[in-house]
Amino acid sequence: MFESLSGRLDSVFKKLRGHGKLTEENIQEAMREVRMALLEADVNFQVVKDFVATVTEKAVGLDVVGSLAPGQQVIKVVHDELVELLGGDTASLVLDGRQPVVIMMVGLQGSGKTTSSGKLAKMLQGKGRKPYLVPADVYRPAAIDQLTILGKSLGVPVHPSTTDQDPVAICKSALHAAKAAGHDTLLIDTAGRLHVDEDLMGELARINSALEPAEILFVADAMTGQDAVTVAEKFNQDLAISGVILTKMDGDARGGAALSIKKVTRRPIKFVGMGEGLDALEPFHPDRVASRILGMGDVLTLIEKAEAVVDKEKAAKLAKKLKKEGFTLEDFLDQIQQIKKMGSLEQIMGMIPGMNKIKQLKNMPKPDERELVKVESVINSMTLKERRNHAIINSSRRQRIAKGSGTSVQDVNKVIKSYTEMLKMMKKMRGQPGGLGAMVGGGKKRKRPKGLTR
Amino acid sequence: MLGWFKKKFESRPEEEQGPGGQTVAEPQAMVANGEAAESSDVDSAPPVAVVAEQLGQPSAPASEFAADNKEPEAGLKFFKRLKERLAKTHDSFVARVDELFLGKKVIDQELFDELEEILIMADLGVGVTREILDRSRAKVKRKELCEPLALKKAIKEQILAYLQQTDRPADLVMPRQGPFVIMVLGVNGVGKTTTIGKLAYKFRQAGQNVLLVAADTFRAAASEQLQIWGQRIGVEVFTRPAGADPSSVVFDGLEYANARNFDVIIVDTAGRLHTQVNLMEELKKIKRVMGKKIENAPHETMLVIDATTGQNGISQARLFNEGVELTGLALTKLDGTAKGGIVVNICHEFNIPIRFIGIGEQMEDLRDFNPQDFIDALFANDHE
Ligand SMILES: Nc1nc2c(ncn2[C@@H]2O[C@H](COP(=O)(O)OP(=O)(O)OP(=O)(O)O)[C@@H](O)[C@H]2O)c(=O)[nH]1
Ligand SMILES: [Mg+2]
Repeated sequence: MFESLSGRLDSVFKKLRGHGKLTEENIQEAMREVRMALLEADVNFQVVKDFVATVTEKAVGLDVVGSLAPGQQVIKVVHDELVELLGGDTASLVLDGRQPVVIMMVGLQGSGKTTSSGKLAKMLQGKGRKPYLVPADVYRPAAIDQLTILGKSLGVPVHPSTTDQDPVAICKSALHAAKAAGHDTLLIDTAGRLHVDEDLMGELARINSALEPAEILFVADAMTGQDAVTVAEKFNQDLAISGVILTKMDGDARGGAALSIKKVTRRPIKFVGMGEGLDALEPFHPDRVASRILGMGDVLTLIEKAEAVVDKEKAAKLAKKLKKEGFTLEDFLDQIQQIKKMGSLEQIMGMIPGMNKIKQLKNMPKPDERELVKVESVINSMTLKERRNHAIINSSRRQRIAKGSGTSVQDVNKVIKSYTEMLKMMKKMRGQPGGLGAMVGGGKKRKRPKGLTR
Repeated sequence: MLGWFKKKFESRPEEEQGPGGQTVAEPQAMVANGEAAESSDVDSAPPVAVVAEQLGQPSAPASEFAADNKEPEAGLKFFKRLKERLAKTHDSFVARVDELFLGKKVIDQELFDELEEILIMADLGVGVTREILDRSRAKVKRKELCEPLALKKAIKEQILAYLQQTDRPADLVMPRQGPFVIMVLGVNGVGKTTTIGKLAYKFRQAGQNVLLVAADTFRAAASEQLQIWGQRIGVEVFTRPAGADPSSVVFDGLEYANARNFDVIIVDTAGRLHTQVNLMEELKKIKRVMGKKIENAPHETMLVIDATTGQNGISQARLFNEGVELTGLALTKLDGTAKGGIVVNICHEFNIPIRFIGIGEQMEDLRDFNPQDFIDALFANDHE
């Protein structure tokens, strides 16, 4: 339904080409797009409002430098601000207090507490700790069974709770049992509850004061919408949570709730859930989630990767040449050689702003690394004339090229097809600021975000 | 909603009365006719009246069953809870209306901004919100609308139109012969199993013979969960050991059902993200198996959506619909503060009717979807 943010920003800034500075007036429209993108990603309405105000302030007065299009410059400001808001405190678990240390999982119904408890148990076990799982959900049918089964599959002992017990009593006796058996980490899986259910919120507060957990982790579904702030705020108010686990991030949710929750609780997002398997728990990467919220592949990563491998002078020459003469098979070969240095073609294409939404991309052959080698040898077997004008490559020439490169005619056809698809795209992108030319041209040096190795 | 109940009852009048002489037979929910709903949002019709309708005296179409509807003990608690909930929604809604519309004499940008905030905060999403407001703006320009209350009404009507935009009958249609088969699906943790429990209760109360099939063989203790629901309600649950192939469980379950006399079969499936291609294939296979065992089954393919879900709900509806062709929606967890506005989007885009809403974790906490009430709640402010 919507273009990507970068695409929209590019068209917003078309007019701005050549202007000297970003001003309040000329970024107003851009900020409308930013706002839209954030709302589409489910960032809370109020949070978006504040965010846009901050970013506007930061963007005003920036110089529009050389080849980095203004749209990208705004994106960078937005992205940096998002990363900063999402990141911050260290995200590791605090486990060095009084032993056994208590970790309590809290959250709405269905957010993923039980599965996350299992995942944490597994992770802690891997780190040499001795976890003890405590099912304290006496309400949802078979919730205790669920955790018991998970514990069994991990070889982690599970407290023998029963549904006729009081959850606070369960937790107290579990603490004794854990001490006696020499466990150093209690993982308490509490029942899902609504933040407006005062009775059940009170129950959590009682567990909290009885066990004094070192960590209270608020488990939230990445697909949550606007209500995330209301819920997180209340849980934080009542329990002073110590961190957040964002679950179901393996889907296609943009995950704006992460920002909302972080903003209202100021507690770090410590982990993300990436699947139903018990090892699908990963540390939280603010930069990845920021890109995801903005709905644009890893734009900055691409710029960095491009900067790292592309000879700038060569790139500038290419950009110039593209304007004058168009994109030939020789350039295609050049691109492929560069791409080979950067990563897979599909990945690269996915990272180019605007490209990921282009339909043709889907139909385009997606060569793997071995195929890139093939493409190279096919083009290498072409004559100079053929490389500059693919239209002359008829079937007899194709046969010759196939033979020369040790491939088949189909392979040759495929290469030519990839090339013509790319040509079409280039035509589309030409003249758009922030298109391939500007991308390859690069801008200022950026610090490479940690953990981005895609 | 369960319109076909009537047909069935007409042919089998002796089953009018549920166990214990109870007649929650036609489980019509919320305020049924538009008039009542309209009056309830302008002047303040006492919430108690609304509750009375919900509890026992079903609205018009089912009045023939409204004979002896006392259910003292459980009823009182139920009554109290509902009353509290509705009163809260109702009062705050009135407050919001007062503040937003009655206090204003003209339609201005500020009013539009506030409306935008309300709609977006209710998870309708920027796209639909913009569409709704642009239309209203155009009407204001053409002087078709000039006062705030009329604007509110126009917006509500627009949302209502979206919600009613469906290719399918809003009522479940029962097959002439054989059991009515419902397949329930959705992403992890949205409330599938619970909704099935509540739905089974509803059918049970109406005197139907229900079988639950536990085709979630993946999540730990999923079938145990469904079995406990079965015990609570007094309906049979067909299970196989964990790890069994779900479509073979369904195959065996329907075979079991075919040899017996069930009116309704509800199949619980494992939660899955809509983006998981192989798990979508698994669902398709389950669906195919149903059709092989019972003609035209499943008669209802119901997607469960959690009211706290944001814009991702669209993607869920789209991909599940592409995979298994949905025929209805259930919206759960409306007892929290989330409004579930994403369903407006879903109805609008995919023409799938919303059948039920979940308003709690107990077996009585399922209601027929009433668009008017839903829309009123969208505008209600219960954050204070
Ligand atoms: N407050 C509230 N909680 C609900 C509602 N419906 C379901 N729940 C709760 O949500 C949680 C998850 O419900 P389940 O029925 O297990 O969800 P599911 O979709 O079957 O979950 P999986 O099978 O694990 O994917 C449980 O704690 C339910 O009690 C509702 O309408 N309101
Ligand atoms: Mg389930």
